[in-house]
Amino acid sequence: MTRTGILVELENGAVKETTLGVMAAAQGGEIFALVAEGDASSVKETLAQYGAATVVDIKGDVMSSPDLAAQVLCDAVSAYELGALLGTASSAGKDIFARAAALMGQPLVSDCVEVNVADKTAKKSHFSGKTVATLKVDAPVFLCTIRPNVYEASESAAAGELVEFNCESADPGLIKIVEVKTDAGGKLDLTEAPVIITGGRAIKSADNFSMLDACAEKLGAAVGASRAAVDAGYAPHSMQVGQTGKTVSPRLYIACGVSGAVQHFAGMKTSKVIVAINEDKDAPIFSKCDYGIVGDIFEVVPKLTEKL
Amino acid sequence: MKIFVCVKHVPDTAATIKVAGDTGFEDADIKFIANPYDEFGIEEAVSIKESQGGEVVIVTVGGESAPDTIRGALAMGADRAIHVEIDSQFLDAELTAQALKAAIEADGAPELIFTGKGSVDTESFQTPYRLARLFGMPVVNEVSALEVNGGKALATRESGAGEKQVLEMALPCVVGATKGLNEPRYPKFPDIMKAKKKEIKAMGLSDLGVDESAAKVTLVKMEPVPERSQARMLEGSVDDQVTELIRVLKEDEKVLG
Repeated sequence: MTRTGILVELENGAVKETTLGVMAAAQGGEIFALVAEGDASSVKETLAQYGAATVVDIKGDVMSSPDLAAQVLCDAVSAYELGALLGTASSAGKDIFARAAALMGQPLVSDCVEVNVADKTAKKSHFSGKTVATLKVDAPVFLCTIRPNVYEASESAAAGELVEFNCESADPGLIKIVEVKTDAGGKLDLTEAPVIITGGRAIKSADNFSMLDACAEKLGAAVGASRAAVDAGYAPHSMQVGQTGKTVSPRLYIACGVSGAVQHFAGMKTSKVIVAINEDKDAPIFSKCDYGIVGDIFEVVPKLTEKL
Repeated sequence: MKIFVCVKHVPDTAATIKVAGDTGFEDADIKFIANPYDEFGIEEAVSIKESQGGEVVIVTVGGESAPDTIRGALAMGADRAIHVEIDSQFLDAELTAQALKAAIEADGAPELIFTGKGSVDTESFQTPYRLARLFGMPVVNEVSALEVNGGKALATRESGAGEKQVLEMALPCVVGATKGLNEPRYPKFPDIMKAKKKEIKAMGLSDLGVDESAAKVTLVKMEPVPERSQARMLEGSVDDQVTELIRVLKEDEKVLG
């Protein structure tokens, strides 16, 4: 059984669904849930229920510096003799894992859609989602980040023994966070959202995004935008899905007035179910999605909001 | 200021990728371009040079046709280039970083290094970090705004959920560029002509002491991703269409609670 560390991500004090998915990918190994933020004792039960043999309470404000967080992950790998270390390919996860891999001088497979911890193999997208590559890692530690939502949480009770980890490092590293700003973008993180509703050029204005916000609230969705909508100034770049924007993989993706350029598909084609609403029956998006409605988004979306 | 920009030579994002054999793809008829994220790095480096003076050097680890891409970067205003020639499109991330580091170091002390946030071919998002680590420099990736002044860089990075962090680091440092940083310029005809005369220094991995056989990640298989077929179109009035959509999403697909 591979001793597998999982970097736990929390939201409002609770374990993120995406972290539970990563734990599901590690089942079959002995799971060490590494909690570097919030209150480890309050999430211990959940982590045990989803397979953590050990819940490691990492002391200190390590998440305040990405370099320190990476150093602590390296320390935890040595301290617990971990053979694998997995995390979510979220903004923070991708950053910390890349730093940790560079620090260890070990390989890392980023944004995997499938992993096999025992074989040290992983599948990931190449060429903007046009191909899937299987990579084999030849290293003492198997480091991977996993694309959010590709693995569903699955219960598998384990002991969940709580241990404290006082890291020796306290060096904040070479970069310093001097400011944190919140822009007008969506409230839910697009890359991790289970449902996404996206507006394309046909949304016509920034104000009209409120129509998508209303529908998103009913769906529990995050709101995205196509490149055309971002370039037209209707939405900030932080909301862009696709090439030069974010790669997402929700269980449900609803594209409203998006034509369906190759570059858009590059960012959302691994979604489980794709729905398109577009006035143009010949829009390319209809040839590559699951369900289509030909119609005016300003009629269809409010109706959807009303009926949900 | 001496600025290096790492540029990857990648298949056009609009190109159709045909898998060949177990791990290859047919590259003969594909158009190659500069990795789109790297273009933000080139533009940023050239505009810093224009305002603060200095030199911009392009460094590419890529196949034999990479000079076509490098000429494009030179036409955007870079001064000269280094081409580390390799046979495969898929060089291990750590080895790529080692090659970039050795090539940069041999050329002179960098004050600022740009990369893209990741490449659109292997999507592995590691080069800026590994390069920074090998140099012992600070790094910030996914940078959408940058100020370089008085030996320091202030880099803005999206940290998810519409949140942005502003990070400070001392020069020399590595900056992974993304959209938002600037609008890359389109080279004009005279710039393209001028670029033809700029120097591209060629070398191989062995000249830089990089051992290709030391790769720790092996590509064992590459498969095409099947495209979805034509959508099931929902018919009837708007009311009917929406009612049926909600039903299928809840009952058939089980993606709505």
